[in-house]
Amino acid sequence: MKGTVPDGLRELLAQAAGDGHVPWRTLLKPGDWLLLLAAAVSVAASYPLLWRGGVADRAIVKRDGQLVTELALNLPRKYEVTGAIGTTVIEVQPGRARVVSDPGPRQYCVQQGWLTRANAVAICAPNHVTLQLSGRGGPNGYDTLNY
Amino acid sequence: MTRSTIELPVTADDYRIARYAAAAIALTVAEAALPSPLPGIKPGLANIIVLVVLARYGWRDAAWVSLLRVVAGSLVIGQFLAPGFFLALSGALCSLSVLALAQHLPPRLFGPVSASVLAAFAHIGGQIALARAWLVPHDAVFYLLPLFATAALVFGTINGLVAARLLAIPVATPVPDTALLKAGQ
Repeated sequence: MKGTVPDGLRELLAQAAGDGHVPWRTLLKPGDWLLLLAAAVSVAASYPLLWRGGVADRAIVKRDGQLVTELALNLPRKYEVTGAIGTTVIEVQPGRARVVSDPGPRQYCVQQGWLTRANAVAICAPNHVTLQLSGRGGPNGYDTLNY
Repeated sequence: MTRSTIELPVTADDYRIARYAAAAIALTVAEAALPSPLPGIKPGLANIIVLVVLARYGWRDAAWVSLLRVVAGSLVIGQFLAPGFFLALSGALCSLSVLALAQHLPPRLFGPVSASVLAAFAHIGGQIALARAWLVPHDAVFYLLPLFATAALVFGTINGLVAARLLAIPVATPVPDTALLKAGQ
């Protein structure tokens, strides 16, 4: 055993197993407590700051790639867009948005249901209308069509 | 066998640094066997040794032990010059530079726990900065920052407490370096 364990580690293990019990609390000085508190607060603050990216706050409606309107996701409301073959109805509720009805034959964008995450997209292709959510990450984040 | 004619002078400093570096490498290897919930989150037990060396022998010795640990530890694990090696190296360099500043904190108010927590934060800072610049050139790496910061706070505190406890116990029988020098020959 003596030959296989490095001297430094043996010393550490011997001390850790030794009788000299020092109460843990006396090992922390006032500045340590202060620094730990500050560190804990900034770590806790980093969660909402850095993980807000997935939260959507605006719905962007486009027709033929041109911006039609931006709707804030705070009040429930409905919005109608006239596209190539008819009217698309978009509904906004706090934190989410969806396509309620669309004249397209297959209704893909309607069946997508509520969009909640930033950069999620519903495309009503026959009517040339898209609904996209945007968050704090801006328009350059990953979207639902992108891995 | 012909006796070697090359004489490399070995000082007591070298023996001491080698002993502590060996302990740090042993902890690195042991730690590599632990499963980790997320790549990059590790307890960093070898930093306990670096903290003890910093408090007892100063920054120069701590830097030697820390960098020897990174290089030799990665050789033992088989990670030398792999991405993980460069991440560990950049973390070690960042925490060493923070420790160089932290050792000037008034010792009446700040103990090893402060040094440990600051070094742990510098460590993840260096790793994330390198990862962002080289491995994952996208801001998405910063989504991991809260998790890494939490791990740094927890493990930094624990490692600092262990180091403080080891430093609080007086060394019972300090090994005379001259005796070691004789034993080594």
